Amino acid sequence: MRAVQQVIDGLATGSIYGALALALVLAHRATGVVNFAQGQMAVFSTFFAWSLVKAGLGVIPAVAVTVAASLILGATVERVVMRRFERESPMITIVATVGLLLLLNGMSSLIWGYDLKAFPPVFSGGTLRAGGAAVSITALGTFLVLVAAVLVLYALMMRSRLGLALRAVADNPDSSALSGLPVGYLLMVGWGLAAGLGAIAGCLVAPKLYLDPNMLAGVLVYALAAAVLGGFDSPLGAVVAAWIIGVSENLAATYIDLIGNDLRISVPLLLTVLVLLLRPQGLFGRREVVRV
Amino acid sequence: MSELVNERSATAAPILEVAGVVAGYQRSQVLHGVDLDVAGGGVTALLGANGAGKTTTLRAISGMVWRRGTIRFDGRDISRLRPDQVARLGIAHVPQGRGTLARLSTAENLMVGALRRRDHPGVRADLQSCYDLFPALAYRRDAVAGSLSGGEQQMLAIGRALMSRPRLLLLDEPSLGLAPRVSLEMFRVLRDLRAERGLTMLLVEQSVGVALDIADNAVVLETGRVTLRGPAAELAGMDEVRRAYLGS
Repeated sequence: MRAVQQVIDGLATGSIYGALALALVLAHRATGVVNFAQGQMAVFSTFFAWSLVKAGLGVIPAVAVTVAASLILGATVERVVMRRFERESPMITIVATVGLLLLLNGMSSLIWGYDLKAFPPVFSGGTLRAGGAAVSITALGTFLVLVAAVLVLYALMMRSRLGLALRAVADNPDSSALSGLPVGYLLMVGWGLAAGLGAIAGCLVAPKLYLDPNMLAGVLVYALAAAVLGGFDSPLGAVVAAWIIGVSENLAATYIDLIGNDLRISVPLLLTVLVLLLRPQGLFGRREVVRV
Repeated sequence: MSELVNERSATAAPILEVAGVVAGYQRSQVLHGVDLDVAGGGVTALLGANGAGKTTTLRAISGMVWRRGTIRFDGRDISRLRPDQVARLGIAHVPQGRGTLARLSTAENLMVGALRRRDHPGVRADLQSCYDLFPALAYRRDAVAGSLSGGEQQMLAIGRALMSRPRLLLLDEPSLGLAPRVSLEMFRVLRDLRAERGLTMLLVEQSVGVALDIADNAVVLETGRVTLRGPAAELAGMDEVRRAYLGS
């Protein structure tokens, strides 16, 4: 029974990594950028939601308003900051997103301070029990929201005109413009959607992690690992990889004495390296074949 | 500069008018005053040696480089528009290197060409007619476009341009890097398109013979200026064309 409980707990933590990984994958699919500031933008959004709650708004309405505001935040960041770097090499855009990470981290500290803040749970605080295993409503809710987000994202990216336009622009902006696609507008939309998804991720995990400017710094490492392991272009891949990471980390810490609590973070990362040696495109990624 | 004829051989009014256009990249100016017309329903070939400014002329029309001067499409000034705005007016530019969206499938590449259209039955019909024109694309419709051969990618680029139902097609060296047999097949399709749909084209092409064969008019560029223009049939017999083309 202990193993089942470990798997359930692993899936719960994996869902947290998965939520942020999903935003990273969406940003990459829609804009071609690996956004290291994705987590920090989510933290900023979560602080905003916390302020709304403090001002007297209910949790659910506060999250809804925050998601809407984050769409605008993401689009603004693209228009004002990233637009200057989009023609540059991937290395430069990555450095720009790291700069953005530091900027937003500093701004969060300046506005809201460093002390830990309790964020009210989005779901009720109960626990479900079945045959000796226990799962909190919060973990279950996070899990279900994540599954729903994957389905919505899949429909958006693979089945809608907007999704096709976003993928085309991420693939080759100049060529897409020649087909009449408004590249700048679509990049703003891509950043906005990723920021909105990040806001949902931030608000879901804040009750468990407590809110402070560095809340998602550790999670970002796992989320990047999950995105890479899953294939960086596949929303489903990122989430499944996040679950694999969460579960393997938990099982290794419990059953391998040598690893215990201290070395648990290395297990999923080693696993990621091993998988990438055998499958460079990730578990679910499409292999890139380019002929000239 | 020698004017071979005063009257244009095609009778239709020009759909594209380029006059006194200077253009270039950042600080280097490539075009130093280019004038050319493309008649509606006609095919104009743009010839010249490497570096003469052929590609830059097409890029100036579609707004991919800085440019000054008169560029009118259907009487409307387009010299200040962005590439996506130019495209939405009905100018489809098939760039050198084909602009394949490598990570998207063949079918998705074609649909990107039709994203601005709202007539769904028409889009479906055009998709089918693309597959009829280029059967190779039908076989590879679900393949990632980056995995297509050079010839298939060129056909895909032309197909994607056609999916927007363009009123003017700008083709930049479509035969570049293709096997002779594949190139021949592509020009057969272009000739059919012209005959059946009256598709207007401005064609940059290295194979002068093939280009002059499909075109009504031709313009020869040399270091960013027009040095020769006239009906394609007349230019085809001239030594000057070969000289200009070889750049000697």
